[in-house]
Amino acid sequence: MKHAHAWAAIAAIVLASTTGDVLLSRAMKQVGDVGELRRRGGALTVVGRILSNPNFLLGVLAMTLAFYSLLVGLSWADVSVVGPAAAALTFVANALAAKIFLHERVDRRRWIAALLVAGGVALLAA
Amino acid sequence: MTFRKYLVLAAVTVFAAVGDSLLSRGMKELGSVSPQHLSDVILAILNPWVALGIIFLLGFFASYMTALSWADLTYVLPATSLGYVLLALIAKFLLHEHVTLTRWLGILLISAGVGFVTRGPELTHKPYRGSEDHVAEPVSTGAER
Repeated sequence: MKHAHAWAAIAAIVLASTTGDVLLSRAMKQVGDVGELRRRGGALTVVGRILSNPNFLLGVLAMTLAFYSLLVGLSWADVSVVGPAAAALTFVANALAAKIFLHERVDRRRWIAALLVAGGVALLAA
Repeated sequence: MTFRKYLVLAAVTVFAAVGDSLLSRGMKELGSVSPQHLSDVILAILNPWVALGIIFLLGFFASYMTALSWADLTYVLPATSLGYVLLALIAKFLLHEHVTLTRWLGILLISAGVGFVTRGPELTHKPYRGSEDHVAEPVSTGAER
């Protein structure tokens, strides 16, 4: 039963942090190149534009959910299981989500990179 | 990719790894938080290691957002995963933890993944808004470095 709980927490972390990453990435593409923006309008313009972006605020909310799911997950299972399992699965989930929702060209090179990193993160826990 | 952009990716990596290490050190000093006293976590920020860790993680968030403003998510995430490698090195050389063969193998896989993705273009689609001039070539040439 505890086992099922831990996997439910891992699923919640992966879902929430992937949603958060996709929303934050979309928000920052809408804001535009931060370096250029700062040269043109100053740092305050950059901060104002980021904080007034609805995708950014939703992204932060999703990241907060992911953080609390992690805390809950840690109370059910070891950090050496929950942390890397969630991190490794998030790399793969992000590649899928970026392709579907952000229309990024996830070519073979990026798939291999995501899988290598996911495998490496999983091994770090072993 | 300009030198400044590589610097931002390096900042994401270093801020995340150092921030996590500082938090870990601070929380170990405080001891385990019992489920009955979860509010103790709020007081944890009074610990100097935890406070410093939070400052580093704010630095991480700022540089992560900067990187996402000009690069794909599927580029930034693998490119900055070297932080895991850095964490293992900190664990071995600063915290004197034992790093097993399997963990070194994991480090090798992550480094290979990072090498793979950073040889491709950082942006593969048109941003939703913003000028045309920072849209990278959609085709990966593999010979950019």
